[in-house]
Amino acid sequence: MRVPILKQRDYLIASIQSALSDEDLLQLRDDLVEQTGRYRSRGAIVDVTVLDVIDSFAVRTLRAVAHMISLRGAETVIVGIQPEVAFAMVQLGLNLEGVHTALDLEEGLALLSRGTEEPGDGAS
Amino acid sequence: MPAEVRVPISSDADVVTARAQGRTLAAQLPFSATELTLIATAISEVARNIVLYAPRGEVVLRLTREEGREGIVVTARDEGPGIEDVALALQDHFSTGQGSGLGLPGARRLMDEFELESGPSGTTVTMRKWASRRA
Repeated sequence: MRVPILKQRDYLIASIQSALSDEDLLQLRDDLVEQTGRYRSRGAIVDVTVLDVIDSFAVRTLRAVAHMISLRGAETVIVGIQPEVAFAMVQLGLNLEGVHTALDLEEGLALLSRGTEEPGDGAS
Repeated sequence: MPAEVRVPISSDADVVTARAQGRTLAAQLPFSATELTLIATAISEVARNIVLYAPRGEVVLRLTREEGREGIVVTARDEGPGIEDVALALQDHFSTGQGSGLGLPGARRLMDEFELESGPSGTTVTMRKWASRRA
């Protein structure tokens, strides 16, 4: 099932609606990387709230998404990792180091707008 | 309780089916929400191993009762070329190329018991998790 990607101002929001196969995850990766350029987006949010399993393949793909989008000059935030899923990821030895995460969509948007509205770290 | 559920594995979509069936079956036992997620994730890893390394295989899910405790037994069987060095395959970050190297050792950490048998005619992983609370 293809993940719908919404465009909201400067951001893309990929809202996962159901369990995803490996192929669906790769499609999501390609769609997000492509649309980041097409819409000149400054950030992408991947909402994984409905995922009840995030295994090694999913983690690897999410890391690849974040890395590719950063090479395209934008930022990625993964939002909505459920507590049980976080527990399983830690047990598996998986991490999302180097990838921004936030509790939910609202926090994710707040994180992105902080990152893109401030001119830089030295500004304050 | 149904005797067992068999899920044939030949594509990545079957991985999703296997872990969903495993979660549904395990939910009949007093597993916590976290334990159900650990079981589903472990099934996902062993089922994906079949897709990555063998033309086909199956995941068999079964509830069991032994010595007054209840649990789920997951058997993942394939007709692949077998694993040359089982000890190495169970080490973190070891992979012959296509995987992350965390699948099998990760699945072992998520379950209570884990056995791997491999030969030239295929590989069988058997893993169990016991429901911690009494029914």
